[in-house]
Amino acid sequence: MLPSSSRYIPPNSPTIDEVSINERVDKLGTRSIKTTAKIQGLKLCIAMMDLTTLEGSDTPGKVEMLCQKARQPILTRDDVPQVAAVCVYPPMVPIAKAALAGSNVKVAAVATYFPSGQASLSERLDEVRRTVDAGADEIDMVISRGDFLAGRYDKVHDEITRTVEACGEAHLKVILETGELQTLDKVRLASDIAMDAGAHFIKTSTGKVQPAATLPVTLVMLEAIRDYYQRTGRMVGMKPAGGIRDSKLALKYLVLVKETLGDAWLSPDWFRFGASALLNDVLMQLETQRTGRYQSDRYFSLS
Amino acid sequence: MSQKPSELLFGDLWSYAPAPESPSHVKYDKRLSHFIDGKFELGENHFPVINPATEEVMTEAPMADAATVDRAVKAARVAYEKYWRPMPGKERAKYLYRIARMIQEKARELAILESMNGGKPIRESRDVDVPLAAAHFAYYAGWADKLKYAFPGLEPRPLGVAGQIIPWNFPLLMAAWKIAPALATGNTVVLKPAETTPLTCWKLAEIIQEADLPPGVVNIIHGMGQTGAAMVNHPDVDKIAFTGSTDVGKIIQRAIAGTKKKLTLELGGKGANIIFEDAALDQAVEGIVNGIWFNQGHVCCAGSRLLVEESVVDQVVMKLTHRMQTLRVGDPLDKNTDIGAINSRAQLDKITELVQAGVDEGGTKHQPVCELPGKGFFFRPTFFTGVSQSSRVSQEEIFGPVLAVLTFRTAAEAVEKANNTPYGLSAGVWTEKGSKIFSMANALKAGVVWGNTFNKFDPGSPFGGYKESGFGREGGRHGLLPYLDLGGF
Repeated sequence: MLPSSSRYIPPNSPTIDEVSINERVDKLGTRSIKTTAKIQGLKLCIAMMDLTTLEGSDTPGKVEMLCQKARQPILTRDDVPQVAAVCVYPPMVPIAKAALAGSNVKVAAVATYFPSGQASLSERLDEVRRTVDAGADEIDMVISRGDFLAGRYDKVHDEITRTVEACGEAHLKVILETGELQTLDKVRLASDIAMDAGAHFIKTSTGKVQPAATLPVTLVMLEAIRDYYQRTGRMVGMKPAGGIRDSKLALKYLVLVKETLGDAWLSPDWFRFGASALLNDVLMQLETQRTGRYQSDRYFSLS
Repeated sequence: MSQKPSELLFGDLWSYAPAPESPSHVKYDKRLSHFIDGKFELGENHFPVINPATEEVMTEAPMADAATVDRAVKAARVAYEKYWRPMPGKERAKYLYRIARMIQEKARELAILESMNGGKPIRESRDVDVPLAAAHFAYYAGWADKLKYAFPGLEPRPLGVAGQIIPWNFPLLMAAWKIAPALATGNTVVLKPAETTPLTCWKLAEIIQEADLPPGVVNIIHGMGQTGAAMVNHPDVDKIAFTGSTDVGKIIQRAIAGTKKKLTLELGGKGANIIFEDAALDQAVEGIVNGIWFNQGHVCCAGSRLLVEESVVDQVVMKLTHRMQTLRVGDPLDKNTDIGAINSRAQLDKITELVQAGVDEGGTKHQPVCELPGKGFFFRPTFFTGVSQSSRVSQEEIFGPVLAVLTFRTAAEAVEKANNTPYGLSAGVWTEKGSKIFSMANALKAGVVWGNTFNKFDPGSPFGGYKESGFGREGGRHGLLPYLDLGGF
């Protein structure tokens, strides 16, 4: 419990004009990404991917298959990077750790009773510690949307700072679950609170609620990161997750990053895609750039 | 990569490859013709027509002399009496719908031609100019048979022959803004495009001929100032419509004084874009960019003065500086270009001179670091701080990508500064407080006030100015008025 003298005062976040954000997204969507720019962008998308499986039906076999795909997305060419990370539920962390041994692919795990977060703080922090001990390099946590919507910003802030602590050496991504926050004003406020509290990354969604990641929400979060960086000098990463199924859309996200935050954020250290089906579409597009033809999906191994 | 703390680097880590729109299928004559009485006819005294991005001569256009103007007006008069006035509104409407549809069908060709001849980015001509032009014809087609409903209780009558002179900043769109309401109300037209941008109007004449519009209803002639003067002074023209500079507008108004000719003028502007501290600042910055840097600032209603509440001026200037770095200046035919070519050498010289004046008067010039193409008329997006109401860059219309940044302390002061200009065409108000938008809009002496947006056009929305920005409206029901005789109104 926080003593009243150190009670957190929420930031004076700006309001967001939704019409203008949508227009900016549309205009940036007209950027034409061709030839060399397309190839470079697609490879960047792969390097930025958090290949994800978060199902109740996940088994060691499923996770091992995903990890193998992560290490070696395609056999027929050797210029394709490994993905950034594999993202799984906590019990699967040791499986993933073993399957990825010797590679540079990180193990990310959702924790804090993902996706709802409906558990006591001590239970959530305990899950984080156990997951880090099991070998997770990165933790994706969920904020308490109920507390946020009820205006308990101090509680939301406090829980994030405690989770940063519990992560130790592991990096923390804070999932805002923007689909439940609903307005862009609230997305901006939640982003600012999360960054104030020490988040290494802010992330749009769990992927379990619709809408998941969208371009307008992502633009708002990127602008929040930019303003925070201007104020404090600290870089914070961003991860849209859920609903990014094809290369064309993924490249639009990259355009948002490039034209809002610039070169420094165009790397897996500062931007990730939370996706699974996206990888094969990117590989197909890369092959098309090479051969001039579209191949059927049977030529791209399942993940 | 070296990046100072808290500085953003918009560099070449991932750069866009060239994405040119190919002009290979676009066709135009080596020598343009006038379009009079339904036929193309060769003229005389040709002058070169240049692509401002490459400085290459694309074609040449004829200079209509007084005799040619006379023939065009006669053709318009005959067509008015014989075909157009007697025709029921719903038949006139069909021609207008047909023209709208044909503009849509030839949209790609028109957009490429507009960008090649005028210098504006293909993205703008493709996404804004051509669609709005088609929409304008479709909109006024709808009014052609409803004029009695537009003015209940009155018997609206057309005026006769309209002489129309249009500028080089939105050639096809301005032609649509002029021709559509004139035709819908039963008038016939003699139109002259600007001398630097005749091509899309010449193409429009092809469309009009293909649309089988009765001969003489629309006549498109080419020429320079003298041709325009001949049109203005012609005794059988009932109505003059002019869009262009305030100086020429005044000449025209003097010329028709004492005659029975009706007149509408759409002239210059020095629009104030007003940003309050409670605005959504990032989006307001986008509004600044849209207001002054797109179409290279060649917009009469450009937001060329930024009035920002003093408490947030540093933030806004910083955001504007960052935003300016991602603007792409270059080949108008590249789909990723944001800022194309300045329309002519003359205009480029004028912009350069005024920017130098801004520096000489002690202002601080801000421009991004970027390469300009080796040929062509290009100018970097620019804004000035350290200027005031009295500076030249704050008072004179530059008609280029140059913004003057001024501050205010209270809403009343913002209104005072915004209105402190001979112009009165447009203004923008940025605030998240709705009541402030209404009170500001009421107080601003501007024909168009945009709330939390800028440079938004719609054929249904009347557009025009106060004071030296002109009089008369284009668009909407109001746009019918300049072309009708309402019997004493």
